[in-house]
Amino acid sequence: MIGEMKAGTNFERVLRAGHFAVTAELGPPDSSNPADVLHEIEVMGGAVDAYNATDASGAHCHMSSVAVSALTAQQGLDPILQISCRDKNRIAIQGDVLGAAALGVGNVLCLTGDDVTAGDQPQAKRVFDFDCMHLLRTLRIMRDKSMFLSGRPLTTAPKLFLGAASNPFAMPFDFRPIRLAKKIEAGADFIQTQYCFDIPRLKEYMKRVVDMGLHEKAFIMVGVGPMKGGRSAEFIRKNVPGVRIPDAVVDRLNAAPKGKKAEEGKKICVEMIQQAMEIEGISGAHIMAYKLEHQVPDIVKEAGLWPRPVVEPVEVAEQLPVASNGQG
Amino acid sequence: MSIGSWLRDHPRMLERAYGSTKSLFQKLDPVIKRIGYERVNRWIAGPEDWSKRLAFDCKMCGQCVLHSTGMTCSMSCPKNLRNGACGGVRENGHCEVKPEMRCVWVEAFERSEKMGEWGQEISHIQPPVNRQLEGTSAWVNMLTGVDKEVPKGWVGINTIPVLEKSGGQS
Repeated sequence: MIGEMKAGTNFERVLRAGHFAVTAELGPPDSSNPADVLHEIEVMGGAVDAYNATDASGAHCHMSSVAVSALTAQQGLDPILQISCRDKNRIAIQGDVLGAAALGVGNVLCLTGDDVTAGDQPQAKRVFDFDCMHLLRTLRIMRDKSMFLSGRPLTTAPKLFLGAASNPFAMPFDFRPIRLAKKIEAGADFIQTQYCFDIPRLKEYMKRVVDMGLHEKAFIMVGVGPMKGGRSAEFIRKNVPGVRIPDAVVDRLNAAPKGKKAEEGKKICVEMIQQAMEIEGISGAHIMAYKLEHQVPDIVKEAGLWPRPVVEPVEVAEQLPVASNGQG
Repeated sequence: MSIGSWLRDHPRMLERAYGSTKSLFQKLDPVIKRIGYERVNRWIAGPEDWSKRLAFDCKMCGQCVLHSTGMTCSMSCPKNLRNGACGGVRENGHCEVKPEMRCVWVEAFERSEKMGEWGQEISHIQPPVNRQLEGTSAWVNMLTGVDKEVPKGWVGINTIPVLEKSGGQS
């Protein structure tokens, strides 16, 4: 077992047992119908260890990530609750985390979040009371010290496996590993990267990360995803903040015969996983198959990652409240 | 080129100016204390706002960390990131939100490398912002120490020296 068990979720157990973990993004519905979430989960066919519930990604409103996570947990599956700092201040966030933990959520991915201008309601007020570093540290304080950021004690601390994002493909490149070190110091137990289409850049980044020993302090998962075709790849690289897709990838998608483009996109995604698996310090893959969720089982199988391992649950010690420790 | 951007591209000079202003304020502290911090805050918040806005596009957060962020105001990042850069930086190093503007944190990192004394502080984790200090003088807040106060749960981890930048390759 690698490191100390924090929440004991399926996702954490798979990683700590030394398996190459697989997670996928659940596209939250624009609906109030829980069946839509369950359908989405069903489409993935149990091919992943945990399901990321996005928090209004790209500043587009959908069903809340807390609700999607809770519905996932109700199915006996393992959600990763994404929290963005864009829409909520520190008071709302800490309350949401307690509520989510009460509903069976154990993994939380802490994000700064895309700006409001990336979405369809750019008139909205941006909050950003916290940045992702503050969010990570605050949740770690809640978990490890059993208190709110203010120092007010919790009677039951949430058991959390904390994650953060990283974008090795965005400037300033030399600063990215330092920022990763900060996130790990702040509280990140696992990392999911932005979409990777550039293996040489990932290798360069991971070399620095490994030299700094960061891969031993947190589980680093490569972000990947299938593209529908050249046109959608161009749209994504133009419109989704922080996504780099090299021309060679777009050209390859364009060159694929009509009707076979999505197949080529899937092939590229599988190749990215397989190449990333060879890189020292990569512990898993995070699949973002936006509107292509049905491809996830095939991607996992073709990458040689099926069936998913079963790791028996272990007891995680209760964090005692600190009220008697002279706080307050 | 505006005065502000010219100045910001000379972080070493700004760093020295910061150092001497800081020690001047510290020397004047007994006098300021006698006059009253609140009264002095009322006198200098305006001029401080004007001059720092000109030089740094300052947002008067009241808890200045310029010397830890490459003499670049992190509050001028549209996401107010105290610990950037976010993952949305464009291929040309420009801001996700304002495409015409270079990313504040790309500039902060570049400038921190040119600084002599405080450059490595860019690897510190800055604590959450105390929004109650907005609009007040950061210099006065430095003297009273209110700018260093952090939420109770945060105590002891207010800035974390993650690593010395000189230790890594550039």
